[in-house]
Amino acid sequence: MDGILRRYEAITRVSLGMLLVGVLVLILDGTAAIGATGKGGILRIGMTAADIAYTAGQPDQGFEGFRFVGYPLYDALVGWDLSQGERLPEIVSGLAESWEVDKSNVLKWQFKLRRGVKFHDGSAFNADAVIWNWDKIRNKEAAQYDPKQAGEIAFRITVIKEYRKIDDDTVEFTTTRPSSFVPFQVVYVLYSSPAQWEKVGRDWRAFAEKPSGTGPFKMTRIVPRERAEYEPNTEYWDKNRIPKTDKVILLPMPEVTTRLAALRTGQVDWIEVPPPDAIPVLRQANFQIFLRSYPHVWPYSLNLKVTPWDNKLVRQAANYAIDREGICKSLLNDTCTPATGVVYPGHPWFGNSKQLYQYDPKKAKELLKQAGYNGKRAKTSFLISTSGSGQMLPLPMNEYVQENLREVGIDVELIPIEWNALTALLRKGFVEDQAQTGAMNVSYNFVEPFSAFVRFFHSASVPPRSLNVMNYVNPEADRLIEAAEASFDPNVRDQTLGKLHELVMDEAPWIFVVHDLNPRAMSPKVKGFVQPQSWFVDLTLPWVEK
Amino acid sequence: MWGYIVRRLLLGIPTLLGVTLIVFSLMHLAPGDPISAMLPPDAPQEVVQMIRQQMGFDRPLPVQYWLWLTRVAQGDLGRSIATRRPVIQDIRSALGNTLILALAAACLGFTLGGTLGSCAAFSRGRWTDKMFSAAAITGVSLPHYWVAILLIIIFSVELNWLPAMGMQSTGSVSAGWGEVARHMILPTIALALIPMGVITRMARASVLEILSQEFVMTLRAKGLWSRTITRHIVKNAAPPVLTLMGLQFGYLLGGSVLVETVFSWPGSGYLLNLAIFQRDFPVLQGTILVLASFFVMLNLLVDIVQSLVDPRIRRT
Repeated sequence: MDGILRRYEAITRVSLGMLLVGVLVLILDGTAAIGATGKGGILRIGMTAADIAYTAGQPDQGFEGFRFVGYPLYDALVGWDLSQGERLPEIVSGLAESWEVDKSNVLKWQFKLRRGVKFHDGSAFNADAVIWNWDKIRNKEAAQYDPKQAGEIAFRITVIKEYRKIDDDTVEFTTTRPSSFVPFQVVYVLYSSPAQWEKVGRDWRAFAEKPSGTGPFKMTRIVPRERAEYEPNTEYWDKNRIPKTDKVILLPMPEVTTRLAALRTGQVDWIEVPPPDAIPVLRQANFQIFLRSYPHVWPYSLNLKVTPWDNKLVRQAANYAIDREGICKSLLNDTCTPATGVVYPGHPWFGNSKQLYQYDPKKAKELLKQAGYNGKRAKTSFLISTSGSGQMLPLPMNEYVQENLREVGIDVELIPIEWNALTALLRKGFVEDQAQTGAMNVSYNFVEPFSAFVRFFHSASVPPRSLNVMNYVNPEADRLIEAAEASFDPNVRDQTLGKLHELVMDEAPWIFVVHDLNPRAMSPKVKGFVQPQSWFVDLTLPWVEK
Repeated sequence: MWGYIVRRLLLGIPTLLGVTLIVFSLMHLAPGDPISAMLPPDAPQEVVQMIRQQMGFDRPLPVQYWLWLTRVAQGDLGRSIATRRPVIQDIRSALGNTLILALAAACLGFTLGGTLGSCAAFSRGRWTDKMFSAAAITGVSLPHYWVAILLIIIFSVELNWLPAMGMQSTGSVSAGWGEVARHMILPTIALALIPMGVITRMARASVLEILSQEFVMTLRAKGLWSRTITRHIVKNAAPPVLTLMGLQFGYLLGGSVLVETVFSWPGSGYLLNLAIFQRDFPVLQGTILVLASFFVMLNLLVDIVQSLVDPRIRRT
């Protein structure tokens, strides 16, 4: 009898426990559901830029400009799905509902435009607006041609040769060669309102003060070097992406200590790139820290025309000599991951390389010995910056690498110069005064195939045309790039790019160092934010708890 | 007096021309160019060349300088390369913000400096002299940047008494004077330290020199009230201190690049910093020209005040 009672009691306890857990799950689930549908508040963002990016359409300031000005105020024909962070963002429909390449002539692409879309000023978006905007960046004879916007976008749309209106809802693009990269190029072309341009007196500067796009936000105020304010575009065509906040305020704060203090004093809710050594303290103080891999790489572009980098074995040795884990742990407080290639492991273009470049100084010394540096030290110089967009902590990181290379027998002279001067030299490549320099240390993005591979590793991309500063000329790399571009099946394209990546890792025209994890810190009041594997974010998702 | 003012103003013109020429030369000698700041590194060469042509960067440097100078003579400072805003518009707003800060820092620094320096001189050798002199040396020696960060850590982050950055609350629509005043406190203290230190040292040395002169002993022997004697001493000690105040105010107007950057204060220092990194020549040259003009005018003003205080200066 006692046994039966004890068993009964035990069953009752377990049942009650399960009931309690069930209730708790329901409550928590309910809270999460309430949280997911919350909205309101003013979201104040401390940016790293020193001024608000150009607001007239194509933004300046690279991808930070697209992140905070371009994509919130404007739309492209296609967009990025930034609503999740588990996978790389995919291209999704934007101002075009659908698009397809002409099967009988793969040089022609047709985009069917979304009907009923309005610019912020109330005028209609249609095929005429598309052509008008392409004339803005392509047609030097057009009244609306804007060299500044043209300069910002021209290198991203190289494959598009012609554009024309088919009817009010259809436009056609003709490419210079068969290219599956077209959606990756038109994703950067943003559409400004022709009616607003006329209204402000055909002046792009005046337009920039009263911009009108089709994006989820409308700009309501701009004070140069101080702030820009956005309000939700409640008439936005994608009802799922009507912003949840009441207002977004962008505040330029180039100084990292200022951003940190502003967050800690509650003057802003979100800061970009908090200093790595402040992250543990911010975590302790209940601030939210967001870290995630995204298309960023911090490498050395080697000068393959001079010794010692003209020897593949030395390049591989240098890649084995770098203690990448050490850099990420001791210098950057886990805000980066080791880079053994252009893209990171798990990325669809990573491939299956045999050269995984673990930290192995012994192997590095062995490779140097094979390369003829038996008891002889290799000497080189690296051009580095003292700061700069995406450069992370350039001076300590370069000193760390210098020490790693010294240990295996490569002596590096670091030549620090200012960021603007370095980018000016990057345009020219290793010529004139820099002909004997060993490498340049500039970080890059690899959002789409062109920015990841074509501009660096195709023989036609040698400066001044693009950024193959290494003078890397390999017919096999050219063939794989061209095959990937000509492949209209995404799986085949990714496999081809994977093979190209394996080749690049083996040939090592770069010393791969780290991938940044894109650190952001936010107040606990910010809800709903998603950190995607991207340089861009969806500002329509977060809101601020009051 | 008027002749003196006109002569001084005319003498200012070659000074301003010299300043702009030096800035122009230095900026063009430095590596880097505005196109690199303006366009991505892989922008096509034809676009780079076209913009270079449109902005006149393909012309010889003397021609570029001459064209800029002729535009300035017509009152046009041009447009920013980076933002295409009219330069005068940018300078007006930035200089206005810096002027507010500079006036506050000057009031604080000069008042404290004059008072501490005079008190130190009158109590020469005593503990007050040592304390005020130490305060002056501290003020001159501490780097602006470091003090600014320290003030933010103590008064903004730890005590949460004062805002850490900007000119107005980040969520507010427009800034009232009270709000601007709250935001000014920390940058004003950081900026006032150096003028305070410099003026304290100069005031102390100047008062001590006058105190050692025979006329002071004569005034005392005549049995004049100590207040009257002090007035005579201060009047005679003032000219060098006034000159220094003029110079210091000029420096403050230039805006401390570091202090304005640390506090995200949108003044002329912040504007200059941005223009240097972007190689934004029109903004840089325009700002320097306007600041140099202020400097010349300030020095003239100081000279006029000096000549009013001490008529012997006018005669020389």
